[in-house]
Amino acid sequence: MITFDSVSKRYPNGHEALVNLSFQLARGEMAFLTGHSGAGKSTLLKLVMQIEHPSRGQVFVDGQNLSRMRIGQIPYLRRKIGVVFQDHQLLFDRSVFDNVALPLVIEGMEPKEIKRRVQAALDKVGLLSKERLNPISLSGGEQQRVGIARAVVNKPPLLLADEPTGNLDPMLSRDIMHLFEQFNQVGVSVLIATHDLALISRLRHRMLTLGQGRLLQDGFVGEVGV
Amino acid sequence: MSRRENPRPIGATRTPDTPRPEKVVPKRETGAQISQIKRSSQIRSWARHHRQVALDSMLRLIRAPFATLMTLGVIAIALSLPTGLYLFLTNAQLVTSNWDGSAQISLYLQQSLTSEQGELLAQQIEKRGDVGEVQFISKEQALLEFKALSGFGEALDYLEDNPLPAVIVVRPASGLLLEQQEELLRDLQGFTGVDEAQLDLAWVKRLYYIMQLGQKAVSGLAAVLGIAVLLVIGNTIRLAIESRRQEIVVVKLVGGTNAFVRRPFLYTGVWYGLGGSLLSWCLLTLSLLWLEQPVQSLANAYASDFNLMGLNQEDTLSLLLLGAVLGWLGAWLAVTRHISAIEPR
Ligand SMILES: Nc1ncnc2c1ncn2[C@@H]1O[C@H](COP(=O)(O)OP(=O)(O)O)[C@@H](O)[C@H]1O
Ligand SMILES: [Mg+2]
Repeated sequence: MITFDSVSKRYPNGHEALVNLSFQLARGEMAFLTGHSGAGKSTLLKLVMQIEHPSRGQVFVDGQNLSRMRIGQIPYLRRKIGVVFQDHQLLFDRSVFDNVALPLVIEGMEPKEIKRRVQAALDKVGLLSKERLNPISLSGGEQQRVGIARAVVNKPPLLLADEPTGNLDPMLSRDIMHLFEQFNQVGVSVLIATHDLALISRLRHRMLTLGQGRLLQDGFVGEVGV
Repeated sequence: MSRRENPRPIGATRTPDTPRPEKVVPKRETGAQISQIKRSSQIRSWARHHRQVALDSMLRLIRAPFATLMTLGVIAIALSLPTGLYLFLTNAQLVTSNWDGSAQISLYLQQSLTSEQGELLAQQIEKRGDVGEVQFISKEQALLEFKALSGFGEALDYLEDNPLPAVIVVRPASGLLLEQQEELLRDLQGFTGVDEAQLDLAWVKRLYYIMQLGQKAVSGLAAVLGIAVLLVIGNTIRLAIESRRQEIVVVKLVGGTNAFVRRPFLYTGVWYGLGGSLLSWCLLTLSLLWLEQPVQSLANAYASDFNLMGLNQEDTLSLLLLGAVLGWLGAWLAVTRHISAIEPR
């Protein structure tokens, strides 16, 4: 699903955020991306999203070479990727329903179908009863679940998350991670950036560890001995 | 006004009411049918989105009536100035075209000429192509007319001699250009028996040039104020974009195309332009109503049946169309300049 081929990223200020990074995430695979703060986790996800572009090397998503992609195609790439942010990126000028509906409205879906899909997604994250509320009135954990519902509502084959449990207590964090596992079980490829090692050590998934922009370790949680 | 008071933002859908159970209708279609259905449903969804965005952007403007009216007012004034001047010119042209028709050349004949010779000369002049009506006024007729009009009446009977010359009044053929009229005058001046030829060309000429100047001024003013409208709308849209920056970022993150992001702002621009030109139309119509009475009195004083001309249907349509186009263009300029700069980070 994702292939990095000797990718380096140097920011305009000269900082090397990623150095000669190569890895693959198979279709339907779930993996964690860890490393100290500033290790380059967010940068890696931004390269997948075409928010940033590699200085060297090539990134492939769903078989497409991103460096060959025209700017006009970027929106269509992003429709294949559901993203969850630490700060949710919700819009507080509209209801929970309208927040989740946004990706479907962009695709020009019929209102009836939008309603069905949004309610299914909200049901999945347990917020169907709050669809008419403004997300500002929800708790942090609920807001994060609205963000997740929006990320999965158009059934993308790839789900990315950047510190999705950053502000949540351990209980809520486990619930959120469990949600991601459920999506993975129905075939969605999942890549989650987090520095919450205590949380992921209990989950048996592949773990990519970054340090100073380099890939330090790649293996299952048990094997790398966290 | 806080952003939370705008419940119908970019791409918002209606909050659903009671959910309906889904009907699954099994259908068999050929591949061609399916792709046709797909295309027509794409067109429908595109049209639906346009309708929705047009409505949303209008409601947004209505929900901030004060700010919207201020902008519309500026646009309306900028549109009314050249349009008002254009109306003034059209009316002035109407008035002067009446005068223009009565422009005439008076040929004062030499005293030595007899009436018969005068008549002959008049007939000769009438044959020219660049001449319309020709009228011969003999010395006697001239005196009679003068007596009647001047009110000196009998006093003039004491004159031994008729001091008035015979006159041939020549109307230039209609549609004659200024230079042609001047040429005609020179020709007539050259006829034997003509003492003096008079055409009040000086003021016709002045008026003609003033009109030309006026038309140029209107065009120039229209261009400058058109640019002003573009800038006003562009700046208003720029502020709207700035206030919806977060929304634009999120839309782009979940796969919104630039066209999708641009659309509500372009509609907003069109509404500003249309609203402004509509308001401008109202301003002009009201001013005309206000001027009607004094203009009527003035016309009556000159025994004229002149009527103030307002904007006809075609002018009104052009004004509205111009407003809409300027609005769209202003928004387009702002949007292409500012939206590409708003990218997720
Ligand atoms: N836009 C940017 N410009 C310059 N440097 C940046 C930018 N974004 C991130 N960095 C730097 O790149 C490094 C990696 O950042 P990031 O990918 O956000 O790390 P992480 O998400 O693992 O904490 C950090 O040192 C950060 O300061
Ligand atoms: Mg980060």
